[in-house]
Amino acid sequence: MDQVDFNAPHSMGTTIIGVTYNGGVVLGADSRTSTGVYVANRASDKITKLTDNVYVCRSGSAADSQVVSDYVRYFLHQHTIQLGQPATVKVAANLVRLLAYNNKNNLQTGLIVGGWDKYEGGQIYGVPLGGTIVQQPFAIGGSGSSYLYGFFDQAWKEGMTQEEAEELVKKAVSLAIARDGASGGVVRTVIINSEGVTRNFYPGDQLPIWHDELESHNSLLDILGAPEPMNI
Amino acid sequence: MSSIGTGYDLSVTTFSPDGRVFQIEYAAKAVDNSGTVIGIKCKDGIVLGVEKLIPSKMMLPGSNRRIHAVHRHSGMAVAGLAADGRQIVARAKSEATNYDSVYGDPIPVKELADRVASYVHLCTLYWWLRPFGCGVILGGYDRDGPQLYMVEPSGVSYRYFGAAIGKGRQAAKTEIEKLKLQDLTCRKAVIEVAKIIYGVHDEAKDKDFELEMSWVCDESNRQHEKVPEELLEEAKAAAKLALEEMDAD
Repeated sequence: MDQVDFNAPHSMGTTIIGVTYNGGVVLGADSRTSTGVYVANRASDKITKLTDNVYVCRSGSAADSQVVSDYVRYFLHQHTIQLGQPATVKVAANLVRLLAYNNKNNLQTGLIVGGWDKYEGGQIYGVPLGGTIVQQPFAIGGSGSSYLYGFFDQAWKEGMTQEEAEELVKKAVSLAIARDGASGGVVRTVIINSEGVTRNFYPGDQLPIWHDELESHNSLLDILGAPEPMNI
Repeated sequence: MSSIGTGYDLSVTTFSPDGRVFQIEYAAKAVDNSGTVIGIKCKDGIVLGVEKLIPSKMMLPGSNRRIHAVHRHSGMAVAGLAADGRQIVARAKSEATNYDSVYGDPIPVKELADRVASYVHLCTLYWWLRPFGCGVILGGYDRDGPQLYMVEPSGVSYRYFGAAIGKGRQAAKTEIEKLKLQDLTCRKAVIEVAKIIYGVHDEAKDKDFELEMSWVCDESNRQHEKVPEELLEEAKAAAKLALEEMDAD
């Protein structure tokens, strides 16, 4: 059995999703950060705030995606002060892609920028590995997304309600977690619309069970009333 | 408020005892002695107009443009020293394209006005520079609708419904105030601006002039462009007619 290298670069295998609905966007992600086969963090938060109204889903190298987010947050903060009003989602996404494109030889991170502004409403922009920017009604990314292309082809529709959109995202991340070893943990969602931002958290017992998966049970220790650990 | 600032007016980095910087005030005089420049914000856009005084009959009509496009959505009309104006326009164009490259969106007009004003103000802070001898009326149409700004040689910039600089500005402002700008479309405003410029032109004191006009409105697809030929001719004809009627009284 190979020795686990705890000092290897942390990568977020990941499944990330961003979906527009009528009124805003829903962003979703899993929570697994891995170093090789070791899960360095099983409850990470991959949906990061850039401004009050724009968030980004991070995938790929944990360090690279964090640094890019930090720079963009800093630039957007200054931009907001100068402009005197919240930045638009398009501007945020453009700043992300300029960093991703101009540093393409040194970065390995795929990002999904999503948010709401008063001019264009809810928008999703995908910024994959090379630094392209593409606005899409929905975007998927990370290693787990491979298993979701077919699912979205069938399940996606234009003009969903907030409930439908969040349900779709939750279901999709959960499906990817089931099949992708590099994705796992809990499902986090962030909903952004004119009224503001709502963060949700769905642990395993609140997610649907897929084919061949087992129901989770309480441990026998809880049921049988185990003795105190030190009194054996 | 005219006065000689003997002794305190040699440098832009000197204040007078009553808190004025005379060099900046003198720069403003250069603007006051130039041909009139007007800008108005109407219901669906902005109209800019310039009374371009022609120093010589040898000049080709349409040359020495005083109105410049800064970006697709905005334009600038300059009064005062023409060469100084060209510098300001160049800077504004550069700011606009730079903003677009970095932020991926056309520069908001407010931001553009702030940047131009900062640049003009910059040149009033150092003794080895002189203030710009020109005032600028900047009109643009962005996400927040049509907006009109005026930047003075001191570096102040305000947002206006209607603005006028140059020789005939007092008379022009009076005329602009008579207009009901909220109800005026740009098409009608072009005629009104032409009338005003023809009206404030002083036949006796000044030589011939050429009317230069531009607009950015819904009709021009929110792009800044020269007022179309036939509309311009229509405006000139209406203005000449209005003048004759005034003289006939």
